[in-house]
Amino acid sequence: MIVPTFISAFEITWQVIVDAIGLGAVYALMAVGIGLVFGVLRLVNFAYGQLIMAGAYALAFASQWNWPLWAAIPFCFGVVIALSMAMDRAVFRPLRTQSPPVMLVATFAVAFLLQSIALLAFGPLGKTASSLGYLNRPVTIGHVDIRKITIVAIVVAAVCLGAVVLLLERTRVGLHMRAASIDFRTARLLGVNANRVIGSAVLVSALLAAAVSVILTVQNPLVTPDFALRDTIVVLAGVVVGGMNRLLSATLGGFAIGFVTGLLGGALPTAQSQYLPSLVFGLVILVLLIRPAGLFAKRGIQAERV
Amino acid sequence: MSIATPMLELRGLDVAYGGVGAVRDLSLTVGRGEIVGLIGPNGAGKSTTLHAIMGLVPPRQGEILLAGSSLLGRSPERVAQSGVALVPEGRRIFAELTVEENLLLGLAGRRSQDGIDEDMGAVYELFPIVQEFKRRHAGVLSGGQQQQLAIARALVAAPDLLLLDEPSLGLSPTVVDVVFEALRAIRERGLTVLLVEQRAQRTVALADRTYVIANGELRLTLSPADAGDTEKMVAAYLS
Repeated sequence: MIVPTFISAFEITWQVIVDAIGLGAVYALMAVGIGLVFGVLRLVNFAYGQLIMAGAYALAFASQWNWPLWAAIPFCFGVVIALSMAMDRAVFRPLRTQSPPVMLVATFAVAFLLQSIALLAFGPLGKTASSLGYLNRPVTIGHVDIRKITIVAIVVAAVCLGAVVLLLERTRVGLHMRAASIDFRTARLLGVNANRVIGSAVLVSALLAAAVSVILTVQNPLVTPDFALRDTIVVLAGVVVGGMNRLLSATLGGFAIGFVTGLLGGALPTAQSQYLPSLVFGLVILVLLIRPAGLFAKRGIQAERV
Repeated sequence: MSIATPMLELRGLDVAYGGVGAVRDLSLTVGRGEIVGLIGPNGAGKSTTLHAIMGLVPPRQGEILLAGSSLLGRSPERVAQSGVALVPEGRRIFAELTVEENLLLGLAGRRSQDGIDEDMGAVYELFPIVQEFKRRHAGVLSGGQQQQLAIARALVAAPDLLLLDEPSLGLSPTVVDVVFEALRAIRERGLTVLLVEQRAQRTVALADRTYVIANGELRLTLSPADAGDTEKMVAAYLS
């Protein structure tokens, strides 16, 4: 099925649109993971992609060892959570009183360190995570063929985002996280436990990274040391474009950049796909020039970040 | 711990910012159930003293004792969870959260989860405006209402010691009356209070004892009887 004429001129089919929504959903999850930690630590975690990479390697090894899914997926989550906690304890917490540039550079260092370790340990050729390959098969809804993983990605993203909203709005630790993201010092003066709040943000962020690992390895089963690196850069751009100061705007920014990337990627003829990054980042610059505070940022009062 | 042990005792407190002394050799006590005032000109070291008690700045020397136990080296959240609640300067309410959520944040400093409903009820009785506007965003409240919320938030922590940092700052005279009336009501409930203020006369009149500090040093101790002695009050500020 083809969408109306003015869109079909760009060869955007319903299938492309659904795939773009799927990519937007995955990027929205990454944006929440990055945004939660930014909210409480003011830390732009460039190493977020390496958490996803670690989860992908866990799935690849589980696949190589012929582990069943019920063991492989928890293994992936365990690896990502452990690495995330280690990263927090070893680097982020000791540096949390330092300036944002110091913490940003620290996350760069952690990112490239982990990438180098993966390169040395597992080699440049990559490993294949094939356990969930069957999710690449399509189902036909109406006259549109949609890959199962796209549906899974959209459902997982909706469930995870809903769970994060419930956590933030309905639980005590969620309230503490929101307060800490607005004014950490005052929150601590009231008795809000800084380490618990940071630990909770890091944990939720890691859970989302692990979920993204599972989805991305289905879409791209070849796991290499730079796995998810490009996605992370695109999501970081999306988070800034959306508005870093609020989790909602950051999430919308993540979704938007994923959706646009998916749409352009699907619409461009294969021979012209090399123009995709230029087009996406050209749009990023344009949006930043027009709305530097963020496309979805609130005007006026300073908004809460979580 | 004897009943005679003061609720708060500062012994030879010395606090510096970047090598510059902000508080020097400050010793004072706050007995159980007392309201003690701490007044002095801008930059005298009043807020710094409160920050040191709360663990925001480490003292260079001296001791801070809460009911005989040292607070030194404790993080701000641990101090709060030890039974000290601060109403910070400028109120520092969370404007983007609702009034009720601000109050719930005050519970983070509670040591016991028993009696929360009773304490909330008592706070609503003291500050009806907080209950009336509990579903609104705290940012839309007036300055006086925000100050009431900030005090209410501290009270729901059921602290042993309440620290107030210039609660009347920036408020109209009518609203200042409301705040001081609330402090009187708090005293009647037996809570121990250390009140940092710029409004010297009203503080001296309210407090059981008022310390005057200038340039980080203790200069004078005033009693409520001194509140009417204008010369003494002026001299205290110019000392």
